Amino acid sequence: MTASQVFLQQLANGLTIGSIYALIALGYTMVYGVIQLINFAHGDVFMVGAYMGLSVCLWLGLEGAAPGAAMAWGFVGVIGAAMFGCGMLGLGVERLAYRPLRRAPRLAALITAIGVSFFLQNAVMLIYGATDRRFPPLVPSIRWEVGGATVTALQVVIWASAGIMMLGLQALVMRTRLGAAMRATAQDPTACWLLGIPVDRIIALTFVIGSSLAASGGVLFGLYYNTVNFHDGYLTGIKAFTAAVLGGIGNIPGAMVGGLLLGVLETLGAGYLSAQWKHVFAFVVLVVLLLFKPTGLLGERVADRA
Amino acid sequence: MLCAVCCTPLMLVLDGVVAGYGPTVCLKGIDLEVRPGEIVALLGANGAGKTTTLMAISGLVRPRQGSITFGGARLNGIAPEAVAALGIGHVPEGRRVFTRLTVLENLRLGAYLRRDSRAMHEDVRQMWELFPVLRARQRQLAGTLSGGEQQMLAMARGLMGRPTLLLLDEPSLGLAPKLVRTVFDIITRINAGGTAILLVEQNARMALSVAHRGYILETGAVTLCDSAKALAGNPHVKSAYLGG
Repeated sequence: MTASQVFLQQLANGLTIGSIYALIALGYTMVYGVIQLINFAHGDVFMVGAYMGLSVCLWLGLEGAAPGAAMAWGFVGVIGAAMFGCGMLGLGVERLAYRPLRRAPRLAALITAIGVSFFLQNAVMLIYGATDRRFPPLVPSIRWEVGGATVTALQVVIWASAGIMMLGLQALVMRTRLGAAMRATAQDPTACWLLGIPVDRIIALTFVIGSSLAASGGVLFGLYYNTVNFHDGYLTGIKAFTAAVLGGIGNIPGAMVGGLLLGVLETLGAGYLSAQWKHVFAFVVLVVLLLFKPTGLLGERVADRA
Repeated sequence: MLCAVCCTPLMLVLDGVVAGYGPTVCLKGIDLEVRPGEIVALLGANGAGKTTTLMAISGLVRPRQGSITFGGARLNGIAPEAVAALGIGHVPEGRRVFTRLTVLENLRLGAYLRRDSRAMHEDVRQMWELFPVLRARQRQLAGTLSGGEQQMLAMARGLMGRPTLLLLDEPSLGLAPKLVRTVFDIITRINAGGTAILLVEQNARMALSVAHRGYILETGAVTLCDSAKALAGNPHVKSAYLGG
């Protein structure tokens, strides 16, 4: 392979994992936007999403399904079920763990988030076991040569799924009543109350949407790496959080850009420097960026209330 | 303290309302009434409890004692969004428009509780008539508006929920004298449409010129309450609030 082919290959791989980071980062950034909480359980919601997808695969008997229409519908069904399930999980977590602490000091909610994270990890470990579980392939193993780099059908599916989710989210947030209410709640919840906007319901829906997006990322992650483990939410979650900060926490397009950028930089770093330094690379990028632009790439000043 | 009550039924009644923040008590038993179609001015120095009174009505501050009723329904302890649903609009101090949303989005959020989209479009049209400056800027972010324009937007947004009672907190604060005039003209026009208004103002002279009745608040208690004309002629009010 020539140097440019290597670069193209790394770019394709980086955009794939970056798409997954971006899907998770959206949940961090949306929740931070409305209630200024770093939801440390969000990475584990992503992991639960992967396991929910796995369960649906096994239940539908998709293991070893032949490529074709059944497989395509299987993929849609698995990702849809995981998104629905995690949406409900997000709703429950918000209602039981975070809403009672809405008026408490911020640290209380943060510590609770860490507790929820432990709870989800251990619950999954008890149900599914502590060892890696194999995630059945739902996308036919087709590969194409593009400019000397190999692109798999699975990568195309991941890019397309992430793209559709992000466009859908952008349309929801920018074009609907609910989206306007979410942006308004993020800016000034008190003013929302005075207008009769049901702030608690808007916050709950933000958790539902963020958790669903994380679940879709979880299923794509399972398909990409072929295995899932109850620990997977930890490192991937922290990386996605890094991506959200990189793009500017609270900023939705920022989370998308930050996720893709982090995936690409990490993959390039691993490819050109050393794979052992892969995880370090992501955080070095974060530290360097925050030194020069503390608000992240697309972040604004935090205190701009009139 | 009871005010001379004529035969019109009462709309909003505060009866001995005590409220505060933490250990601080800001309202020490407020009695206040608003009748349908009235403009009532609530005057007083900084820290007298004017804003807290409005916040107690709209549910942002929970009264510790006393009762607040609106059209016969008790408001104590009701969530702010439920108070808004009963027909009380509150335009808060400092305007608090959503600066990162467009002017039109701000207006539409004012009607969030409503499901009658045709009537809503009609109301948006009415707001453009009442506030022509907003129409030209409907696609702009609210943060790009001037202070006066933001005040207009906050009032328009408050009206989009079709309130029967509008609480206005310092609508003229920080505005140029010419704009103050415009804001008070608009207050009169809103009231002419049948909406009752409870107006908190530093600018006592202007407030009493549009109001029907007024209350003077001093350190958390009502010390005086009369027709606007009588208050404007009262020597104590003159020296303390009207600059001699």
